Amino acid sequence: MSSSHSTSADIQGEGVRARLGLWLFLLSEILLFGGMFLLYAMYRYKYAPDFHAGSQELSRFDGTLNTIVLLTSSLTVVVALHSLHVKHNVRRTAIFLAATIALGLTFLVVKSFEWTAKFEHGLYPGAKFLLSQSHGLILFFGLYFTMTGLHALHVMVGMGVLSGVLNFVLRGKITPDHVTIMENGALYWHLVDIIWIFLFPLFYLIT
Amino acid sequence: MDAHSGDIAAPHHHFPWYTTSEGKPAGLRGFLTSTNHKRIGILYMVPILSFFTIAVILGVLMRIQMLSPDSKFLTGTLYNQIFTLHGVIMVFLVVIPGIPTIFGNFFIPILIGGKDMAFPRLNLFTWYLYMLGAVILLVSIVALGKGPADTGWTFYVPYSLRTTVNVPFAVFGVFILGMSSILTGLNFVTTVHMERAPGMKFSRLPLSIWGIYATAWVQVLATPVIGITMVLILVERIFGIGVFDPTKGGDPLLYQHLFWIYSHPAVYIMILPAMGIISDIFPVFSRKNIFGYKTIAFSSLAIASVGSLVWGHHMYVSGQSDTAGWIFSLLTFLVAVPSAIKVFNWVATLYKGSIRMDAPFLYALGFIALFSIGGLTGLILGALSTDVHTHDTYFVVGHFHYVIFGGMGFGLFAALHYWFPKMWGRMYNEKTAVVAFIILFVGFNVFYMTMLILGWAGMPRRYYSYLPQFTDLQRIATYGSWIMVGGLALMFGNLLHGFLRGKKAADNPWGGATLEWQIPSPPAEHSFTETPVITRGPYVFTDGNGDGHGKKEEHEQQPQHKR
Repeated sequence: MSSSHSTSADIQGEGVRARLGLWLFLLSEILLFGGMFLLYAMYRYKYAPDFHAGSQELSRFDGTLNTIVLLTSSLTVVVALHSLHVKHNVRRTAIFLAATIALGLTFLVVKSFEWTAKFEHGLYPGAKFLLSQSHGLILFFGLYFTMTGLHALHVMVGMGVLSGVLNFVLRGKITPDHVTIMENGALYWHLVDIIWIFLFPLFYLIT
Repeated sequence: MDAHSGDIAAPHHHFPWYTTSEGKPAGLRGFLTSTNHKRIGILYMVPILSFFTIAVILGVLMRIQMLSPDSKFLTGTLYNQIFTLHGVIMVFLVVIPGIPTIFGNFFIPILIGGKDMAFPRLNLFTWYLYMLGAVILLVSIVALGKGPADTGWTFYVPYSLRTTVNVPFAVFGVFILGMSSILTGLNFVTTVHMERAPGMKFSRLPLSIWGIYATAWVQVLATPVIGITMVLILVERIFGIGVFDPTKGGDPLLYQHLFWIYSHPAVYIMILPAMGIISDIFPVFSRKNIFGYKTIAFSSLAIASVGSLVWGHHMYVSGQSDTAGWIFSLLTFLVAVPSAIKVFNWVATLYKGSIRMDAPFLYALGFIALFSIGGLTGLILGALSTDVHTHDTYFVVGHFHYVIFGGMGFGLFAALHYWFPKMWGRMYNEKTAVVAFIILFVGFNVFYMTMLILGWAGMPRRYYSYLPQFTDLQRIATYGSWIMVGGLALMFGNLLHGFLRGKKAADNPWGGATLEWQIPSPPAEHSFTETPVITRGPYVFTDGNGDGHGKKEEHEQQPQHKR
């Protein structure tokens, strides 16, 4: 590119590149989970009564709490982005980013309580008690642990990404005109959120 | 050659700059930290061609076993492990990454007039992922003393859940390779959208780029499905979640669905880039604009999209519903349409062309012949009734090798020859290349045509022994495989000799009109000293030959892209 091009155009191009790349990545993530949702659909169709019975075993309170936690975290990450991009307020940005990460951690803590409770009742893959139950129930809990586990893994990755973003913001590497990395981190966080929006009714709310 | 590239290529040294560093052969460090797309292309080429050689040797071992019905050369388990390794290495380490990672990396930025890939660091990262996946696969051969997977490259459940050999390593390796493939596709799609030179409209992209572009979409969208499938095998083996285990209510058929949702589109990941390169080679060696540029470009997208909906044709006899069977069969026949469109367009390009029978073109012609046989036998397999007779026989194996080896393989060899002078600044020996092609082509057909016949006669695949009536044909197939390997050895030997001792190549030995031929051979670190401005299509030749079909504006304007 010749030198007459302004640097801001280059930065803009850089932003478009990174966003396009990230959206493609998000597409691939959706298809990764898509394989699991396909299995869920088939087995729920095949073992509908067992899936309903399994759903009764899950804590709706914990599920709802976690949904609120994750939705709030999506709000805080957007507020963080707004604080930097529009308000140019680094301190506020850092606080809301930290809040987002803390909410992610809260989600994981609640999740771990839930899992522990299931372990205590012998409702986990390979447990003797679960194996003595119907096929549908075995598959329900197999899918529950695999899908929420894979999701939890994504929450952890998202927290890692946002911690990196926070670090960049504090060190001045992400500035108000240079927010692409932060935008992409936030987009990834939203994806993690959206996947949970589907997991929550499919596991907790079926009757 | 201009001064700029002369400085970098160090004229007193006769290897391209990307194999050197400050005049000396580049150390491993120079390569392993470079994000330059040309270096990354070379970085992929070395392991991919090495793995190809290893997998060919494994194939030869299988053919030696099949010399007689009661051969004791290999045990049954060892035979199973060898055909699994042959398949896994060929599919995941050679054929899927092959053309995009070697030639895509090296040539996409040049052919679209860009500076580099959209994400150069990510590009290097995909190579590390590739190597990590490869190492994990290779570890599966030796780890824990249980030996490599014996499941076939398809890892079908429930056997892959129960066998005691190292399936977990193999599927984890495939998962990592999948990540590499996704990120490569992501990078290529973004690059084609963002890095094109001014005037390089999509309608002016070389068809090789169209092929790789369509492939990149399939890589992004289909590969995650095999990723999760491989993870599920791991999770199933470790925790016993039950989703694929019939004793816990799981359905093995669902595994097959998930596996083929990726692995059928993967066949198009393998073949589309080769088709793209063939589309670049035909006009150059016919001195004529390609016939039906738009239909070839869009047929790539059609193959990529319809090809993603045909996976069930791998499962006609595995218990899926009859309705699913005929729908998948119909869609399978539909994919034949865009594939045939391409073949007709290539052949039509030859009509009234001024044909030059050089080695790259011979490989391209070989591609058409072999791919057509592969495609037509594919229709026999795609029809529900005939598939009942031919499924799980050598007919499938023969068909697959006609499509993939005859298609992707010959496309790769065509590209190796076509771009050889550009990549290395040297020429291979043309006569030897032609002789190697003839030996390879003859051996190939003796080998795989015999497999088709054996399969039609009922020889099942994946057996380490057979009924005595197949002995003669099995031996002919084995002899054919030896001829074929001889041709391969001569071809690679010739290329290696050309790399070390070949005559200096001109910048544009074939008279190509695409951008890579307008810059020095080998290209400098920065391909273009000035951003090229594109004013015409990729196959408008200016040497007075050819092109009776270009658009008016293309005739009137001189090419303006200069190095």
